[in-house]
Amino acid sequence: MTHDTLLIGSAAGFSGDRTDAAGPVVDTLIRLGGPAVLIYETLAERTLALAQLARRHDPEAGYEPLLDELVAPVLERCLAHGIRIVSNFGAANPPAAARRIARLARQLGLRAPRIAVVTGDDLSGPEIRADLMARLGAAGDGLEIASANAYIGADGIAEALRAGAEIVVTGRVADPSLTVGPALAHFGWALDDWDRLARATMAGHLLECGAQVCGGYYADPGYKDVPDLARVGYPIARLDADGHCTVMKADGTGGCLDEHTVKEQLLYEVHDPAAYLTPDVVADICDAELRETGPGEVRLTGVRGHARPATLKANVFYHHGWLAEGEISYAGRGAEARARLAAQVLRERLAGCGPIRADLIGVASVFADDAGRWLDAVPPGDARDVRLRVAMNHADRRVAERLPREVTALYTCGPAGGGGVRTAIRERLGTVSCQVPRELARSSVSFIEPEAA
Amino acid sequence: MNDRDDDTLLVPLVRLAHGRTGDKGDRSNISVVAWHPALYPLLVEQVTEAAVAAHFAHRRPTQVRRYPLARLHAMNFVLDGVLDGGVNDALNLDSHGKALSFHLLDLTVRVPRALAVHLRGPDELSPTSRSTP
Repeated sequence: MTHDTLLIGSAAGFSGDRTDAAGPVVDTLIRLGGPAVLIYETLAERTLALAQLARRHDPEAGYEPLLDELVAPVLERCLAHGIRIVSNFGAANPPAAARRIARLARQLGLRAPRIAVVTGDDLSGPEIRADLMARLGAAGDGLEIASANAYIGADGIAEALRAGAEIVVTGRVADPSLTVGPALAHFGWALDDWDRLARATMAGHLLECGAQVCGGYYADPGYKDVPDLARVGYPIARLDADGHCTVMKADGTGGCLDEHTVKEQLLYEVHDPAAYLTPDVVADICDAELRETGPGEVRLTGVRGHARPATLKANVFYHHGWLAEGEISYAGRGAEARARLAAQVLRERLAGCGPIRADLIGVASVFADDAGRWLDAVPPGDARDVRLRVAMNHADRRVAERLPREVTALYTCGPAGGGGVRTAIRERLGTVSCQVPRELARSSVSFIEPEAA
Repeated sequence: MNDRDDDTLLVPLVRLAHGRTGDKGDRSNISVVAWHPALYPLLVEQVTEAAVAAHFAHRRPTQVRRYPLARLHAMNFVLDGVLDGGVNDALNLDSHGKALSFHLLDLTVRVPRALAVHLRGPDELSPTSRSTP
């Protein structure tokens, strides 16, 4: 075994994550020294569909809206210290995001970075539509398609880094591929070195949700106490040449990282632990082991890999009608009875519009089911602070709009003392998945010309 | 059933284990991680697929599978069809089912008194029942 290692720091775990996370991560990467990469994972399934729609309205839009806030604070230090940046913040428009970063560098008075763009994931084009619909089969019947993207793997990122990219901007690559790509480029593994790819994949899995491995989304006072949660840190993984990793936390940050925080993240969104599927490999964590190797340092070993899936997963989004919601609060004596009466009034007023869900926030809400079995089983009580929330789906916006109007009308027509009405109506995007051949979504790497930005 | 007898305690799962929920489509996965290796056999014995399916009966799971990870002293549960269509269709405020791990952690577990030293959290004489109608 060589002592060659690669550090990978994570500065975002989803679109909407904190934008001040990168600073401490970059400072820690500089202190630790050696080859290092900073990754931002900012692309949830729905984020990408919304980005596709944004791009259709504006050809220069469709990438992460907070791109400047994410990158500007650390761009100078990353360029000065050779820390590469790899991110899927290109969303539906990686070239536009790359041009934006080039302009940002100029505005900050920095030299022009070498920025690569990885494309190939977008299957929204009209030339692919018939093929895509055939693959969806009956699941695609009658759908009004909004966008389609394949989850592509790490190969494009690795190619870009090997070609000298300092910043790699992608769209829909699988989240762990943001880590696997840099590892492939750095260690020179073969694309069928399944064990090493699987280990790097699980390192990426630990990093891909940002603070979630460092005590974020973990605290439960009295059971799981997390120090200084308001300043929770983001993680760094040190990969060795065999892909094994040690995870730690950025210097001077809050939170905690131990065997238990890592176990929760290791199993997050895993189904069969023998087959964690990505475009790069099938990872197997059945014999995975975690060991605390120092304060705030946990080492992951025992991960195995199997040959990658033959096909790629594609997510297809379609216009799926409207979600209407309304809320109103009742407090004091008889609050629960008044909230229940308000729900009954709304059901009668909206009869014929389709199923309506009612929640009594403070009594029964998110544990309950849409059909109301849970709420029906809760005997009426005397809760004194209850927020009624109702929701319905409808394909026709005009019908959906009746719900917010009826909730608002409770001000004068409903039970006594209701206040704080809030209503919302939103377009829904549905998603269906299918498998597509790898040839349909090949990674393609290009470098942007600084003067074109 | 008594909450406490000479040899055993009845406690909510949250005192033995912690967990996190993830989702994909209409499928939820919930991890259950023992606080101490000595508690893990109790989880294997009592937090079964059948027990979890019954605990989530109101969500009408079409299938509940359990994947034990003995080296991690943890189990992964995969519950199909429990999210009312998930982010596509669900009317739930929590369309991802993020809160569901805390429903599972309300499951009652019988713990030999000799193992009580490994339990987390404040001593409770009875399991929490407020959230379970």
